[in-house]
Amino acid sequence: MTGKRYKFKMAFRATEMEAREAIAAISERLRATNLTRDQADGVEIALAEAINNVVEHAYADSEPGLVRILCSLRRAHLDIRICDTGTPLPENRLPPGLAADVSVARADLPEGGFGWFLIRELTSDIRYDRCGLINHLSLRFDLIDEDG
Amino acid sequence: MSLTSTVSGNAQIVTVNADRIDAAIAIQFKEDMRMETEEGPDRVILDLSSVAFIDSSGLGAIVAAMKQLDDHRRLDLAGLTPMVEKVFRLTRMDTVFKLFASLDDAKAAVSG
Repeated sequence: MTGKRYKFKMAFRATEMEAREAIAAISERLRATNLTRDQADGVEIALAEAINNVVEHAYADSEPGLVRILCSLRRAHLDIRICDTGTPLPENRLPPGLAADVSVARADLPEGGFGWFLIRELTSDIRYDRCGLINHLSLRFDLIDEDG
Repeated sequence: MSLTSTVSGNAQIVTVNADRIDAAIAIQFKEDMRMETEEGPDRVILDLSSVAFIDSSGLGAIVAAMKQLDDHRRLDLAGLTPMVEKVFRLTRMDTVFKLFASLDDAKAAVSG
């Protein structure tokens, strides 16, 4: 599929159940392409974390609005754009997503705070823009080595 | 969410009968685990072989399930599929839990 592009869109309401269905459906379509299983696993994890953030935070104080996803697959990389009309990210920027410290006593182990870390680990590039009332989060996944 | 619990030797085996442990199910999973593990053997083995996908909410729920056990009890994980294993490895939670490739491996291992 050199030079060609495979694109598809999806929109759903930001509820946990619709998010689950959308994540599974997008992942299924991507698994039918030339992505390796490991690549597709990584994409599904990052996509799920990004969408869950929208459901849990962007629309936390309002009726669940729409989430729009655009996937664009080329030979060298996959771009996923996630748009919502919820509240912006804190300070209008991407959270640092630092690794949680797990070298602690059992009672102190973290039960959350892994989401942005996983997104940063699994993507090649991420970008966030607030345009008017819309959040745009772009995730890029390199699919082949630089010299591949 | 459906959990099945049996006791085998000196371990309680809790099997997850779902293919996803995600944000939509995480709180219920934690509560169901609390009910299943309120009492029982010191060692609990969570059989994840049916789980094809986990997100950070699901991971947090498994950590919570371990933390809500009494101090002398432990939670081991068995049958991690590649994606589930990937989430545990990336977050370094693979250093917190004992992971076994299969339920048989977990049962064969000497507890403790």
